[in-house]
Amino acid sequence: MHVFAGVLTLGAAPGGLKVVDMVVMLIFFLLLLVLLRKFAWGPLMGVMEEREKYVANEIEVAEKNRKEAEIASAEANKQLNQTREEAQKIIEEARETAVEQEKNIVAVARQEATRLKDAAQADIENEKEKALQALQDKVGSLSVLIASKVIEKEISAQDQEELINEFIKEVGEEQ
Amino acid sequence: MIHLDTKAPIIENLFGISWLSVDLGNVLMIALSSTIVFVICVLASRNLQMKPTGAQNVMEWAVDFVKGLITDTMDWKTGKTFLPLGLTLISFILVSNLLGMVTVVVIGDTSWWKSPTADAGITLTLATMVVLLSHYYGIKIRGAKEYGKDYFRPIPVMLPFKIIEEFTNTLTLGLRLFGNMYAGGILTALILGMAVSKPTGFLLSIVPMVAWSGFSLFVAGIQAFIFTLLTMLYISNKVQADEA
Repeated sequence: MHVFAGVLTLGAAPGGLKVVDMVVMLIFFLLLLVLLRKFAWGPLMGVMEEREKYVANEIEVAEKNRKEAEIASAEANKQLNQTREEAQKIIEEARETAVEQEKNIVAVARQEATRLKDAAQADIENEKEKALQALQDKVGSLSVLIASKVIEKEISAQDQEELINEFIKEVGEEQ
Repeated sequence: MIHLDTKAPIIENLFGISWLSVDLGNVLMIALSSTIVFVICVLASRNLQMKPTGAQNVMEWAVDFVKGLITDTMDWKTGKTFLPLGLTLISFILVSNLLGMVTVVVIGDTSWWKSPTADAGITLTLATMVVLLSHYYGIKIRGAKEYGKDYFRPIPVMLPFKIIEEFTNTLTLGLRLFGNMYAGGILTALILGMAVSKPTGFLLSIVPMVAWSGFSLFVAGIQAFIFTLLTMLYISNKVQADEA
């Protein structure tokens, strides 16, 4: 029992309120409160609030950036599609032009060929005519010469003409 | 034989005034607790950064914890004012509670080292301060008229009970903390007494001592938590209109 009675004063004395202790406690606590608010809690709360604001701001900015990127991407896609369509159109046009040109070239070439052929035919005809004419003349004078030499008699110009024509006809029929 | 007959360094009737007495041990321990809390908190709150590291994390955890206590009882807009109070209360009480468990310093036959919170006068001082603060903020935030009306709610018959409640609140708040810490001290002293009384007692006391030390740690934390939580509850009763 001796020990038990003794230890009761070890922790604290339960009886009697000690006024000075209480005043000291109050002063110390209020002092601690004021000092800690100034040096510890205030700055801490400030930093935490600042961080909250910062994070909120960052999220907002990220959201905004995302939206902008989406818009830009849509824009780029649109332009790409447009460009593709244009390219397709250009190719199509080029093809059409090429086909038309091909047709033109062929037509012109054909025309030219026909023209050349016709010209050549006309030339040939002309030459043939000329040659025949020349031959007629030559044969005429030749046969006159031959006839005059052979028959040795004079014939009128009219008779001569008839004679030549008869002769030529005979030649043409024989051929 | 070793005896544990210790007494507190009490000076009765200071300056010859009959009601003025002081326990120098308490004064010393209050000063020590306050200093420890101040130094730790200020050191941990230096070089605050947006990306917290080390001590700052711990401090921010504590701030968030007390913030949680406050938002449990009232909305954050009004409760913000009481965050420093809650933080100071919980840290001071926790350190005070823990100090008493670390060791017992006895010089001569006088015990100098103990929890300041194991003294009824000190815990009642804290409790009274808190209740008075709740009245002050009740009037400040809601106005004297609303504050006064609260005593007649929900029916005027409640007035005496409401008044009594203020005193019982103060008493229970202070004495709960005191009782827990005081009982913890007594049990520690009993186990110590057993340890030194007989040679076999030392061996017998090891297990209960370890168990009780662990439990005391738990109690120290829980009591600091409860004191702060109830403080916030009492304040919220005064500063917030009843939702019902």
